[in-house]
Amino acid sequence: MKIGVRLDVVVFTIALLSVPVLSDLILSKVDRRIDLTSQIVRITSTLKVENAGNDLVSEVLLTIPDNQAKNLAYLTATSNEGKGKVKASAVSLPVEVVHPKGMPPALTFYSVSLPKGLGKGETFTLDVLAVFTHALQPFPEEITQANIHLVVFSDTAHYLSPYTVKVQSLIVKLPEARIESYTKIENTKIHGSEIKYGPYENLPPFSYSPIGVHFEANQPFVVAQELIREIEISHWGNVQVTEHYNLVHGGARSKGEFSRLDYQSRRYVGGASAVRSLVAKLPPRAHSVYYRDEIGNISTSNLWSDSKKTELEIEPRYPMFGGWRTAFTIGYGLPLQDFLFQAEGRRYLDFSFGCPMNEVVIDTLIVKVVLPEGSTDISVSVPFPVKQWQETKFSHLDVIGRPVIVLEKTNAVPEHNQHFQVYYKFSSLSMLREPLMLISGFFLLFVAGIIYMHADLAISKSSPSYLAKLQWDEVLAVIQQFQNNINRCLTIHDKLEASLRDLSRTGDVQACKAARKSFDVLLKDLSKDLKPLLAFLQSSPQASQILPKVEELVAKEKDLQEKLMAKHSTVVDGYEKKSGGREIENRIALQQQKITALRQEVDDLLDFIDEI
Amino acid sequence: MAASETSNGTALRYAFGNVLSFFILLLIGVLAFSIRLFSVIKYESVIHEFDPYFNYRVTQYLTKNGIYDFWNWFDDRTWYPLGRVIGGTVYPGLTLTAGTLYWILNSLNIPLSVETVCVFTAPIFSAFASWATYLLTKEVKGAGAGLTAAVLLAMVPSYISRSVAGSYDNEAVAIFALIFTFFLYIKTLNTGSLFYATLNAIAYFYMVCSWGGYTFIINLIPMHVLLCIVTGRYSSRLYIAYAPLVVLGTLLASLVPVVGFNAVLTSEHFGSFLVFIIIHVMALVYYIKGILSPKMFKVAVTLVLSIGLVVCCAVIAVLVALVASSPTKGWSGRSLSLLDPTYASKYIPIIASVSEHQPPTWPSYFMDINVLAFLVPAGIIACFSPLSDASSFVVLYIVTSVYFSGVMVRLMLVLAPAACIMSGIALSASFDVFTRSIKFQLPGVKGNSQVDAGYTSSEGVVVQNEVAKTDKNEEALKERPSKKNRKKEKEHLEKPSVKAQVKKRLLVLPFEASIIAILLLILLGAFYVVHSVWAAAEAYSAPSIVLTSYSHDGLHVFDDFREAYSWLSHNTEVDDKVASWWDYGYQTTAMANRTVIVDNNTWNNTHIATVGTAMSSPEKAAWEIFDSLDVKYVLVVFGGLVGYPSDDINKFLWMVRIGGGVFPHIKEPDYLRDGQYRIDSQATPTMLNCLMYKLSYYRFVETDGKAFDRVRRTEIGKKHFKLTHFEEVFTTHHWMVRIYKLKPQKNRIRGKAKKSRSKPSSTTSTKRSETQRKNPWH
Repeated sequence: MKIGVRLDVVVFTIALLSVPVLSDLILSKVDRRIDLTSQIVRITSTLKVENAGNDLVSEVLLTIPDNQAKNLAYLTATSNEGKGKVKASAVSLPVEVVHPKGMPPALTFYSVSLPKGLGKGETFTLDVLAVFTHALQPFPEEITQANIHLVVFSDTAHYLSPYTVKVQSLIVKLPEARIESYTKIENTKIHGSEIKYGPYENLPPFSYSPIGVHFEANQPFVVAQELIREIEISHWGNVQVTEHYNLVHGGARSKGEFSRLDYQSRRYVGGASAVRSLVAKLPPRAHSVYYRDEIGNISTSNLWSDSKKTELEIEPRYPMFGGWRTAFTIGYGLPLQDFLFQAEGRRYLDFSFGCPMNEVVIDTLIVKVVLPEGSTDISVSVPFPVKQWQETKFSHLDVIGRPVIVLEKTNAVPEHNQHFQVYYKFSSLSMLREPLMLISGFFLLFVAGIIYMHADLAISKSSPSYLAKLQWDEVLAVIQQFQNNINRCLTIHDKLEASLRDLSRTGDVQACKAARKSFDVLLKDLSKDLKPLLAFLQSSPQASQILPKVEELVAKEKDLQEKLMAKHSTVVDGYEKKSGGREIENRIALQQQKITALRQEVDDLLDFIDEI
Repeated sequence: MAASETSNGTALRYAFGNVLSFFILLLIGVLAFSIRLFSVIKYESVIHEFDPYFNYRVTQYLTKNGIYDFWNWFDDRTWYPLGRVIGGTVYPGLTLTAGTLYWILNSLNIPLSVETVCVFTAPIFSAFASWATYLLTKEVKGAGAGLTAAVLLAMVPSYISRSVAGSYDNEAVAIFALIFTFFLYIKTLNTGSLFYATLNAIAYFYMVCSWGGYTFIINLIPMHVLLCIVTGRYSSRLYIAYAPLVVLGTLLASLVPVVGFNAVLTSEHFGSFLVFIIIHVMALVYYIKGILSPKMFKVAVTLVLSIGLVVCCAVIAVLVALVASSPTKGWSGRSLSLLDPTYASKYIPIIASVSEHQPPTWPSYFMDINVLAFLVPAGIIACFSPLSDASSFVVLYIVTSVYFSGVMVRLMLVLAPAACIMSGIALSASFDVFTRSIKFQLPGVKGNSQVDAGYTSSEGVVVQNEVAKTDKNEEALKERPSKKNRKKEKEHLEKPSVKAQVKKRLLVLPFEASIIAILLLILLGAFYVVHSVWAAAEAYSAPSIVLTSYSHDGLHVFDDFREAYSWLSHNTEVDDKVASWWDYGYQTTAMANRTVIVDNNTWNNTHIATVGTAMSSPEKAAWEIFDSLDVKYVLVVFGGLVGYPSDDINKFLWMVRIGGGVFPHIKEPDYLRDGQYRIDSQATPTMLNCLMYKLSYYRFVETDGKAFDRVRRTEIGKKHFKLTHFEEVFTTHHWMVRIYKLKPQKNRIRGKAKKSRSKPSSTTSTKRSETQRKNPWH
């Protein structure tokens, strides 16, 4: 690392000799502040630009060495015009990579366009925030569980710029922990956890003075190698967010034993730099939160929520030491009205881009927005450049699939947690399509069931077996009618008996006679009905097997009927003659026996026919 | 007019009864499904235990790579360095079922994961199983008994224990297949329809695909056929029910790779072939009897019998010779241990070491089938009045399954459906008797032969059934397929139970007695429901990879297994080999995706013995064995800190036994002090120096200063020691899983090595040859 820096220095000094002064700008004052309290390095520079030449200048060049530029995650320049503490307009200025000619190699140039041209002698103050990831190098690279975690950071004490810098200073802010070593050059002071370099005055362009800081860093070095956020919109009122994390501890690799004992009993000796838990700040009113991985739910999580935010504290399945990996998924639902709005006849989703966890470096961040099926006219607006393409996803009840907007960003940091918008058109009526599909599906199912029940699915309509089946069905139908008939007769018999009982109770002979008459009529009707049925059965060849039984049944039934009538007459006669109950009983006893026997036989026959 | 109205009324009511029983069945299905969801609600939607993880992994492979790759899958992640041919050694029924479900769902754009499908396969199939029970019992004793049996089966604890959501094991679908096969057999027997016979063969094929227990079917059905023949109940229906099943079934069964030629070669199947011959002889005899006069027939019988006996003797002699020539008499180990319950404990410690292969205790009957145990005898009696082909089959089923359940706990599962069917019959018969006597004695209904409006359908059907029961010889023609059947049922139903009324008079119990009896029966049923729900919620829903305990400060979750597997899967190289006792093999391959040495498919005893030997050897010898197996990590399960009783120390004696069975230098008495297994200060030095002891208790003393083991309830014998050949790389939160890494071999200094080799060569030559013998992989 240090060697690399020195090589660069050599390159720069060579370059210095050959490069002409780019323009007539000078930086009259540069204040830099390097924040090393987390794994993400943030360098805030306040530049006061002054035009010393005659031409109107509209852009300022910023310089970052290539080896740092590859770790650059975020670069923004804001104008710092307003006087005093009131920053009137913190407008961010457009920044783009440029390749000016005749510049030294191994440098990346960024051009900041000023809001208005800078005339002669005019000044302009701008704030530049540069955020770097993977800029802290663990040293030593492998540590045991008991070792402390040390990292090295290197940069230049002099502000690297293609312009002459008049006055400059640098403050390096370190976490509240011990500092192993730091480069001492002139004007170096240390104040607690802050190291101050400068002020240095009147340095020529491309001045470079390497410094390095070696210090203890116990904050978690959580790096998400890949984070896939899937935001699915349902117009039934829900935004479902699913985030797949693939984490690694980006600090010094762990070597040797892992002792749970040391980790549990001596918390700050055995694994101070381990990642114990992470906190995800979810939007308010998040519900149905889950936290799991591919082998199931992870039970070590806590959720707090109030009206402003929802905080999900998750612990990975195991504490993560340097180099250890883990993967998990969190998911939650959000109310739709908080994130979906309408403007100019289009709907748009307004959602934050980055990861909800603090101080997590994301190597590859993929955001997928799943729009409802049938969305058209889709466009995206993201405040920073991303790779973008479109996919299709099939989910419940989809026919053509849902359009998915995929946004990819490498090297994402919390500064990217800005809102982005996805605009699309979607008619509210389309919402009803899927329920209607379900309803019609079930409807068709039932219709198919009904049709199947009623349709004749025989392949050949003329085959003998089919005809036989048809005939047999007819026979069955007739037999059924026949049975009904007989059963009705039997019911009437029962009623006759009942009328006899009534008679014995009330002694009302007339009523009994009347009943008898009506029953007689009914029975006659029934026997009339019976005739065609019998005739049909006799004619049908299919019924030949059961015909004898049927005929027997008819005969028996007739017999039974007669006997019953006789009994009835006897009893009624008895009552008319006012003979005693016992006498009547005696008289009908024999008949009653016969009736019971006959009834038994009829029942047996009925059962037999029933079994067919 | 009034009469026609009533008959219309009855028709309507019976139609209503059909709809009602349909909805009851639907609700039974819902009940069967939802009672098994306790595990998902109380824990989570996750695969349970050990074997299900393997099935899950296979299903994942199937869904990812397709059916052809699945058949040809050679799994190099397990049984290192041997590997295992999965496609040819696994019963594919379950996997294919879940794979098909997954495929259907996903082609309908329902994005369920393979895991979800696997978790819910078992509850879905228990709903199917209860419907199959309804069908089977309906064939035997009518719809009322069917519904009762279906309800009972939907929540029988024994079956719940194997089919809660997440318990993704063969039994989950196999019980459905078993009952459905039996149903189709009975259906064929009742109808004599070849259509059902073919379906029966296909159902049998599905059963063969699903579970090794299919041998139960292929032995039970021949037994029943034989019973029918012996008791003079031979009929053409019996022939149609049996002959196609044997021919088609055997052909289909041999299509399953894991069965293959076993379908004709092993003794489990011989019984069916013998009965196949016998039934043909019977058919021939009946045919000849039909065409000959009785006198001629007698002559023919004597002639054939004398020749037949000779031929039979010859055939049997050949068979016996064939069977006797194979060492296990043609029976597989597990089947043999069924016939001779002491076989496994004598010869195969691997089978004996599995707790579910032990004979059950009496309480486990009460736990698993509860009140059904008391209802079964009543059911058997009900089956004998009258005895039909179908009811004799159920009786035979219950008798054999009671025997098998007495041999192995696991086979309690086969008993459960039989017990449910029997109890269903018993309950419905007794309800029938009691409600009938009540109804008959109720004043208002006396004169009216029609059943009252309050008469529920199931009872109505029971009466129906009662009527049917009295006609002994006519069930034959009872059922006819499909629509006709339905139509016929309708007309069947239209018949008022006039005749039943006559019968009813004969079997009337006192009014009060029947009311009390009904109340008691309801109480019994309620007790069963309460017990089943309790069993489903508390006893059988734990997934066993997540443990929970309640203490004064709330719920504690012990998720150590997954913590360890997750660590392995993310923080070791993808080709690293992990050694552990075989119990954890399936989980390691499925959850951690690492190669294991042995797993729960205990097909290679020597390999398991090697691991057992390593675990029971001192550190250095163990290191050598593991190193020769390319092992990089060793995983042990240790419950001493939190009191988890089924840890490796408690299983250790089996490791010693199985290891000692192959490598005689491991001797069980060396690990026992006076025949007692102990790990405290009285333990033998061999025990205190073996690898398992050391890996389990490494630095354990530093937790509480005393090294008190909460499972064994004692202080351990050797507290302070260092590991020389292993290093701890991971221990889970509650110390339940500890993972060690084999230390790399130290660089040898040439001179030193030479010296040590040359100098004591004469003295250690014998020793070295011994170590070589110790380690089979050198």
